Amino acid sequence: MKRKQPALPDSSEWSFESIERYDREIGRIAREYGLDCYRHQLEIITAEQMMDAYASTGMPVFYHHWSFGKRFLSTEMSYRRGQMGLAYEIVINSDPCIVYLMEENTLPMQALVIAHAAYGHNSFFKGNYLFRTWTAAEAIIDYLVFARNVIAEYEERYGENEVEQLLDACHALINVGVNRYKRPAKLSLTKERERRQERESYLQSQINDLWRTLPLRHEREEKEADRRFPAEPEENLLYFIEKNAPLLEPWQREIVRIVRKVGQYFYPQRQTQVMNEGWACFWHYTMLYHLHEQRLLSDGFMLEFLQSHTSVMLQPPFNSPQYGGINPYALGFAMWRDIQRICKYPTAEDREWFPDLAGGDWREVFDFAMRNFKDESFIAQYLSPRLMREFRFFNILDDTSHPRLRIEAIHDERGYRLLRQCLADQYNLGNREPDIQIWNVDLRGGRSLTLRHFRHQERPLGDACETVLKHVATLWGFPVRLEEQDENGQVRLLSEVMVDRRKDDHGP
Amino acid sequence: MLQIIDRRNDSKNKSAVNRNRFIRRFKGQIKEAVREAIARRSIADIDKGEKVGIPAKDIAEPQFRHGRGGRWNIVQPGNDRFIVGDEIERPQGSAGDGGSDASPDGESLDDFVFSLSREEFLDIFFDELALPHLVKTQLANVVEYKRVRAGFTSTGVPTNINVVRSLRGATGRRIAAAAPYLKTLRAMREELAQLEACGEGESDRATELRREIGYLLRKIDSLPFIDTFDLRYNNRIRIPAPSTQAVMFCIMDVSGSMDEEKKQIAKRFFMLLYLFLTRTYEHIEIVFIRHHTLALEVDEEDFFRSRESGGTVVSSALELMCRIVRERYTTDVWNIYCAQASDGDNWDADSPKCSDLLESVVIPLVQYYAYIEISDGEPQNLWREYSKIKAKYSQCFAMQQIGNLADIYPVFRELFKKKLA
Repeated sequence: MKRKQPALPDSSEWSFESIERYDREIGRIAREYGLDCYRHQLEIITAEQMMDAYASTGMPVFYHHWSFGKRFLSTEMSYRRGQMGLAYEIVINSDPCIVYLMEENTLPMQALVIAHAAYGHNSFFKGNYLFRTWTAAEAIIDYLVFARNVIAEYEERYGENEVEQLLDACHALINVGVNRYKRPAKLSLTKERERRQERESYLQSQINDLWRTLPLRHEREEKEADRRFPAEPEENLLYFIEKNAPLLEPWQREIVRIVRKVGQYFYPQRQTQVMNEGWACFWHYTMLYHLHEQRLLSDGFMLEFLQSHTSVMLQPPFNSPQYGGINPYALGFAMWRDIQRICKYPTAEDREWFPDLAGGDWREVFDFAMRNFKDESFIAQYLSPRLMREFRFFNILDDTSHPRLRIEAIHDERGYRLLRQCLADQYNLGNREPDIQIWNVDLRGGRSLTLRHFRHQERPLGDACETVLKHVATLWGFPVRLEEQDENGQVRLLSEVMVDRRKDDHGP
Repeated sequence: MLQIIDRRNDSKNKSAVNRNRFIRRFKGQIKEAVREAIARRSIADIDKGEKVGIPAKDIAEPQFRHGRGGRWNIVQPGNDRFIVGDEIERPQGSAGDGGSDASPDGESLDDFVFSLSREEFLDIFFDELALPHLVKTQLANVVEYKRVRAGFTSTGVPTNINVVRSLRGATGRRIAAAAPYLKTLRAMREELAQLEACGEGESDRATELRREIGYLLRKIDSLPFIDTFDLRYNNRIRIPAPSTQAVMFCIMDVSGSMDEEKKQIAKRFFMLLYLFLTRTYEHIEIVFIRHHTLALEVDEEDFFRSRESGGTVVSSALELMCRIVRERYTTDVWNIYCAQASDGDNWDADSPKCSDLLESVVIPLVQYYAYIEISDGEPQNLWREYSKIKAKYSQCFAMQQIGNLADIYPVFRELFKKKLA
């Protein structure tokens, strides 16, 4: 202890001054560790407001839709019944980074949230490549305000029901409305507003490749029969519909666009759950311990902190009644701690598995890992044999063509690599969700749209896809077909929805 | 620079819009759930919120998901028994789910359960009964006033003068106003007494003192006995309050022809009257009388459950009601309301008797008598007899033939109108 400092407030009641003092001290530690964060803003809210925020995907402003009401009602129900506590924190990936503190929490809990969210998550949002390329922190709040106003305006002009139906359809496609590989353009409110008008009129005239009536030259016509539209399969269904659906009005395209943009904004969060939560937990743990070592925190504070920390980190085994899958907090936290351990105190096994890390500067390794990975690659790269043993991981093969399940790998020498690969795959959204792409539009006939499901590991589509297909048809306005291409390249028709919106619109 | 923003006083209920949209969108299902809830709850519970469940599959938000089947590699923690190559039975119900959290379609057959607030619940209840808007707001609010004493005021009408208070004030005023004179008076009397004792009773000073004393006494006498300033009036103010107590008689025919559906209609009819009474009275008792050929006082459970066969003698129920009123509910303390539900069947010779009983005994006793006949067919003899009474006592007697729920409200039209005026 180099300098003598007054200890931080020790009461369990928080006050604005004590929160500010904690923030100052935690901020100091964060800078010592070299965490690069956005500015942040702490907002004190009530439990009720926390439920509101929960229901609208955590965002402070959002457009209105019944599904958020549904989420609110179920949150309220389980909260009132005492089945679940509310989350301690919600943090918004924006610049400044907004962190909600719930009024009912004690001072140690507020300090924990500040360390966890305002410095942990915050630095992850700022550093990780997925967030950097796919979200624009400085523009998101403005964009959401814009989205809410535009949608309210449309509700007024075209009727709540019309807008609701459209939103239903778009929400059904939100998971297949993201660019997984192509980098999207940045959102910016001013540009967005300027270009909206322009886009509306311009796009309407552009779509209509589908409507082209000028006779094509003869020599090209034969090739035309084979040519598909789009030339390459399109993975982003909402994008394709926004740009190409022939019958949508300009305002409808704008709504499709809003849902797509919002879906894209949340996509990185879904891909970095383990890493992101683990990172935040690692830092709140490390920073608060550091403060305790400097004798700024009382033992009582640490006990309360450890109590809630450990209950979040609990990983029940597979056969426990409490088991609900792998706890991303536990796995993430353990992995970051393990990487630190490998750097600082490597064993012979670590040197063999991670020659680049062993004995290195853990801060540099952390920075590199945080910036350049997502859950899938992070696990594939950094999960150590030691951690697999600690978690006692094992892998089950569930193959419908076999009557029984088979254990493929356990935490032993022969199993490590397979186990690690399987766990990484388990976090690959591309594996978990079916791969469905726009395959073709019948330009010469009925303008029907064909989607193709590329089957993987013989996993079929669920029943709900029929309903989703109807939503696609609502947006497209013409018949929609869903095909499935199996592992051998065999294609079969799964389902088909016949609609022709033109007839509906003009009556019989 | 750190910014801490206190949002606790910002608008609450940000989700209210979304909540309303949810309820509007699934009105059909929620109505169904409310209908079931009404069947379940007792009449006196109508005025509460409710936990309702609607089928989760109706409100699912579909996404493209994997179904069951195919090959899945699942990694789980906590191995305590397996080695490579072990085979285990596929657990029922979770085969091929893939991953820990991917139940196919995210659907379960369980209901989506949530709570409706009292307002939302009543709104749906009213909606079904086709109540006019004015009545709905009336039922949802307390509008009854009563006048209570509230001390005294210095202005008012002569009839309200409070004599004791006014005179007490006057006395006080007189004492206060006379006080300076009395002080001098006392001093002068003492001086006079001294002069007289010294044998100087006839001196100039003594004469002067006597004159002064006489002057002061006249002055004190001339203070008014009572002044407008002294008047105090009894004060009464209106305060909103449910006034007194009421008893509600539910009379229902339980002969074989009253089936479950008819009983459910009757139940809503009773509930609506109950709801009306809760707005008006502080304390409400409910008496359930069921009858076939014999009338019996029962509890609510038996009232809606039991089903008897045999003929119908309505007058038996009316007689029982009169007896209960005589024994337990004297009319100067209790407001009496009666709601009768029947399918219209009555023993022929009994109907004129009912009519007589109603006119001579029951109608003078009650505030309001409502009768519903739950049937689609031709009105029966009871109806014809009751119609005569209705013609005479339309202010406090109402009847209606009911085919469906929306027909219930007209029975109460007069009753609600009276309160609205």
